[in-house]
Amino acid sequence: MSSDAMAIRVAEAAGRPWAEVLHDWITTVDHKRLGILYILFAMLFLVIGGIEAIVIRVQLMHPHNDFVSPQVFNRMFTMHGTTMIFFVIMPFMFGFANYLVPLMIGARDMAFPRLNAFSFWLTAFGGMLLYFSFLGGSGLYGAGNAPDVGWWAYAPLTSRAFSPGHSADYWTIAVLVSGFGSIGTATNIIATILSMRCPGMTLGRMPLMGWMTLVMSGLVLISISPLSAAQIMLLVDRYLGGHFFDTQAGGSAALWMHFFWIFGHPEVYILVIPAFAFASEIIPVFSRKPIFGYPVMVAATVCIGFISMSVWAHHMFTIGMDSAANTFFVLTTMAIAVPTGIKIFNWLGTMWGGKIQFKTPMLFCVAFLFQFLIAGLTGVMLGAAPFNWQLSGSYFVVAHFHYVIVGAILFCIFGAVYYWFPKMTGRMLNEGLGKLHFWLFVIGFHLTFDPMHIPGLLGMPRRIYTYEPGRGWDTWNVIISIGAFIQGIATLLFVVNLVLSYFKGPRAGNDPWDAWTLEWAVSSPPPAYNFARIPTVASRRPLWDRKHPEDPDSRYE
Amino acid sequence: MSEGTSSVAQAPGTWNLPYRGKVGMACLIIAESAIFTIFVVAYLFYAGKSLAGPTPREVLDPPIFYTICLLSSSLTIHFASRFLERGGRGAFLSFWFLTIFLGGLFLFGTGREWHRLIYEHGLTISTNLFGTTYYSLVGLHAFHVTVGLIMLSIVFLFGLAGRVGSEQSARVEVLSMYWHFVDAVWVVVFTVVYILGR
Repeated sequence: MSSDAMAIRVAEAAGRPWAEVLHDWITTVDHKRLGILYILFAMLFLVIGGIEAIVIRVQLMHPHNDFVSPQVFNRMFTMHGTTMIFFVIMPFMFGFANYLVPLMIGARDMAFPRLNAFSFWLTAFGGMLLYFSFLGGSGLYGAGNAPDVGWWAYAPLTSRAFSPGHSADYWTIAVLVSGFGSIGTATNIIATILSMRCPGMTLGRMPLMGWMTLVMSGLVLISISPLSAAQIMLLVDRYLGGHFFDTQAGGSAALWMHFFWIFGHPEVYILVIPAFAFASEIIPVFSRKPIFGYPVMVAATVCIGFISMSVWAHHMFTIGMDSAANTFFVLTTMAIAVPTGIKIFNWLGTMWGGKIQFKTPMLFCVAFLFQFLIAGLTGVMLGAAPFNWQLSGSYFVVAHFHYVIVGAILFCIFGAVYYWFPKMTGRMLNEGLGKLHFWLFVIGFHLTFDPMHIPGLLGMPRRIYTYEPGRGWDTWNVIISIGAFIQGIATLLFVVNLVLSYFKGPRAGNDPWDAWTLEWAVSSPPPAYNFARIPTVASRRPLWDRKHPEDPDSRYE
Repeated sequence: MSEGTSSVAQAPGTWNLPYRGKVGMACLIIAESAIFTIFVVAYLFYAGKSLAGPTPREVLDPPIFYTICLLSSSLTIHFASRFLERGGRGAFLSFWFLTIFLGGLFLFGTGREWHRLIYEHGLTISTNLFGTTYYSLVGLHAFHVTVGLIMLSIVFLFGLAGRVGSEQSARVEVLSMYWHFVDAVWVVVFTVVYILGR
């Protein structure tokens, strides 16, 4: 009977005027719709940030290229970095958390649905504000355009003298506003996980996605807030004549660096822990085995959360800290490799002896494992202060963190989209196009970011808009740019796949992957109320128990 | 939603999770603490580094009376919410009003201090590092007191209209958590600005 009611509602929806549908989406407080809005917003900005990356790579393809002016180049790398961190990866992560966490823990919605909508729109308007700077950045002064201070916005570049007009203000306020949105969503996720779990869903039975999202949200609370505080200080400096970062009045530029990186390093873990969460959900399902070492995975995640709060100054070895500080930050940075290594072994342990199915989501996760390992290894290299003194600010660093953000995080996001798209839309993504997307993206990724280490080692600094020929960087830069174009084409294929499959893809059914977490127990897409009856859970794999009543997991836990 | 609560009720008594309002407020308090920490660190880092006067020692007097006002408002809000829990509406309203009054008195104290600093000592946010850090740290706290007072007043108005009863006590308790936090932050700000920073 309920399915009839659903069918009627769908038929009604199909015939409704578009303005009403739009109104529904804009005023929605449903966690699933907000999750999808977050993800669509992130995809839009992924394409925009990607175009900026392509502009950067075209400019750097040849020495003495003049595709864009130095000023535009500065704007491009600033906007690329800010967009990708704050308006692509974070909204992706919040979108998936929003959509999946209530379903996975057997709840009807988030703890605070209206706060959820408010937080999303803060982030969305933050992103729009950042891009409005292209039009409004010059303000009354006729100077500046989009922000061009780099995504760290180091003092004194952001002072009135060096950033006239409003470009730096657009950056500050966009990041501040979206930061408040992040804090709201993180609060919501924590309250949902702690207060809304269905009966039997103890913390020890929660899917790893729940645990990792919980740790990520805790990190958001303690690390986005310092950034907000620093942005408020910057606004005080720029608008009220304060002296926080004004070296001529005794202020300290290094203090901004500390405040920024107190945010900036945990931020890396805010981005990567949800990626771990996707891998921890996808790898077991496609290995046909439960996750290996669940308690250790949880412990390692919490451990990473704690250690990540004490590593920030490894971004600042070159500013001249004393040897005690250097030693401390080298040791903590090395230490964080331990829980991360544990995770990699656990994922391998999950795959070991499993009946692995190389579907597209799994392919992305397997590539993630390899690439994340290499990213971690160059991270350990850069974590050693003497090595860092040599290579800080070079393309080696750029290669390293793109290996993390593209090679690990973006790959997991693609995997997650292929894995959960059927749940969100009711249709499967095209597997052939998916595999083509995967292989093209892998080739493009490695063509870009493997060679990028080398001009870095040869001394090519980041953020230069052009360079002299004959330094041994030329060929490498051509290869890097070609790789970037291939990644661009692969991403376009992905978008095509999304659109085609949304309309023409085969029907997914409730549980296309034969998975074990609660989101697969409801229809695809799930009804607005999620669960007609709030489920009761007896083990970590509630759907396994339901499918195999003769041999339930709960017997062994 | 009512359907949901009824089916949860089928698992009797064993499934108790924390109240989501309290968890949410605890999260907000954690985030706010991080913001205040950064401002406190900046204050301490720049203490004594101003290139020009006036210095804190010359111009700051510890506002002992107003501090007592604010801290005792933590007690009055505690009593107010206890009374509400037991259904004593009149006592709740009077203690709630006393809390607003004490908070307002504290804000008045901050205003008087700022007036004196600006008009007698010429200290503004752009005068020197001390001015920048002092006004932003104390101002951030005063902003939180103001937000708290607005929310307390809304509850008070609803209370006058007879809309706040013991069934709202869990929500009122959430607001009182926030107010306790604002008071606790003042203990830190007071120590940093008026004791360590001088």
